Amino acid sequence: MAGPLNWFAQVLAITKFGLMSMPQRRGAVTATVFGIAGVVGVLVGVLSIAAGFRRAMDASGSPDAAIVLRSGADSEMVSGFGREETRLIADAPGVARNRQGPLASAELFVIINLPKRSTGTDANVPLRGVEGAAVEVRDHLKFVEGRMFEWGKNEVAVGVGAAREFAGLEVGSTIKVGRESWPVVGIFSSGGGVAESEVWTDAKVLQAAYNRGDSFQSVYVRLNSPGAFQGFKDALTANPRLTVKVIRQSDYYAEQSTTLTRLITTLGVLIAGLMAIGAVFGALNTMYSAVAARTREIATLRALGFGGGAVVVALMIESLVLALLGGALGAVVAYVAFDNFRAATMNWQSFSQVTFAFAVTPQLLGQGVIWASAIGLVGGLLPAIRAARLPIATALREL
Amino acid sequence: MSDDPTNSGTLVRVDGVDKVFHRGEEAIHILSNLHLAVPAGQFLALMGPSGSGKSTLLNLIGGLDRPTKGTVAIAGERVDALSDRQLAGWRARHIGFVFQLYNLMPVLTAERNVELPLLLTHLSKVERQKHVATALAMVGLSHRAKHYPRTLSGGEQQRVGIARGIVTDPTLLLCDEPTGDLDRKAGDEILNLLQALNHEHGKTIIMVTHDPHAAARATRTVYLNKGQLSHEPVT
Repeated sequence: MAGPLNWFAQVLAITKFGLMSMPQRRGAVTATVFGIAGVVGVLVGVLSIAAGFRRAMDASGSPDAAIVLRSGADSEMVSGFGREETRLIADAPGVARNRQGPLASAELFVIINLPKRSTGTDANVPLRGVEGAAVEVRDHLKFVEGRMFEWGKNEVAVGVGAAREFAGLEVGSTIKVGRESWPVVGIFSSGGGVAESEVWTDAKVLQAAYNRGDSFQSVYVRLNSPGAFQGFKDALTANPRLTVKVIRQSDYYAEQSTTLTRLITTLGVLIAGLMAIGAVFGALNTMYSAVAARTREIATLRALGFGGGAVVVALMIESLVLALLGGALGAVVAYVAFDNFRAATMNWQSFSQVTFAFAVTPQLLGQGVIWASAIGLVGGLLPAIRAARLPIATALREL
Repeated sequence: MSDDPTNSGTLVRVDGVDKVFHRGEEAIHILSNLHLAVPAGQFLALMGPSGSGKSTLLNLIGGLDRPTKGTVAIAGERVDALSDRQLAGWRARHIGFVFQLYNLMPVLTAERNVELPLLLTHLSKVERQKHVATALAMVGLSHRAKHYPRTLSGGEQQRVGIARGIVTDPTLLLCDEPTGDLDRKAGDEILNLLQALNHEHGKTIIMVTHDPHAAARATRTVYLNKGQLSHEPVT
């Protein structure tokens, strides 16, 4: 008679009693749920920073666009080209063209100081000098306010992230760079990408302002297709007049995000791990008290013929349900509190601020649920085994 | 002493049973070389002073505990030789328990409490409901089926406990001080019920009790003292 269906019926029945008796143990239950919610909330919250940063970087590059740097350079900061080199790069095979010519933008990159709105302290903000094709070589770039700067003029256009994070970047205001004043004439978005953290101006004007002659630091190109990358790269690396490093935009930004996301992820997991140890003890306590409060009930069920294995599984399920409740609560709180929360952080590759939005992704929520489940199962196991091993005859007389 | 009624139709046979508990280094002998035979259809009262081992013997017969030595056989099946898992299934099939403190699930209604042992069978929900209704009718509590234990009197709770004990039509009904927590009137109702189950339905019942008034309702009484059985009250 003790088939699997019968066994499941036993598990279901015992689980039901446990869940129904939770209101009688509401103090311990609440403490456990909140403890686990805290773990999941912190974990998801911290990891959403890494996910948001990675998303900002991923949004910056597409596989049919490439960045060309000087060979050996890890970032634009340490790269450099002359005008002739940038022409050779723009004319390489595989570069897409429009009526104006190749979709290639030779760019230079300097860092200026602007006060953060949140703290008033100065932060490094990237000021990028671009060429005419800059908009075409990037995805999703569009103006949300004002207009593009005029070529040859001391004007800047500002990314929405930069405008939000740093003071004095509203359209109509003016920033001081070097000895010159630069009016802000427009604000653009770029689908959450890194460009949103930048201030843009005409490369030629920037060269003059910073006495850079006719030098650049990088060339951004749009390729005919993602498949054209290898041919483009081979052509440049085989060219004896060039010593370059050719990277897909998507790979470049992924690489740039690695250090920070790894650091944040490690910290997040470490903090959540320590909290999880506490939460496991909370779950243990709750489930031990659940077993203690229901000693006679469990013994009665076992006397009636309910199996010890069914008791173990049912108590584990009960613990899991508590943990999932906590996990769901933590996930919801993390989502409400952190998703799309705007922040800026240092990109250690470019030593400049990158603005981004925290991203509570479905993967992170799934990760939170897995952590909660693990806490629930670990916290439920010992009390469940204890319940199943209670001597029935003695336990039946417990008051 | 050895209890030796006629062997024909013996349902419960306890042979040479010792039960020893250990408290630290100390060994406490609860039962010593105990023999008991209970024929099918008997209503046996098991009496004795506190600590005499009445409940221990009941637990051994009900497969809730194992003897240190000796054998316990119910309907010819050696209970002491079964594994824990087999014992659980065996109890579900053959034993109905009635407890002194009723041991009902507070979160379940009377009918759901009675249904519990049926969850261990392959009966459909409809069949289970029929069995539950019959058991509750037998104990006169059909009208209280939807009530939770906390809303029932002690006597009513014990009747629910009895309904739960008999709902699977077990081979043997084991009652541990079934009237021990009830006043005289409610206790009498329970004893009437047990007597009716024995007389009218042929249920074999073993009842542990302190109360001579309760024992008087049984068809046979045995006394347990210092781990041994006798037919005479302990003086």
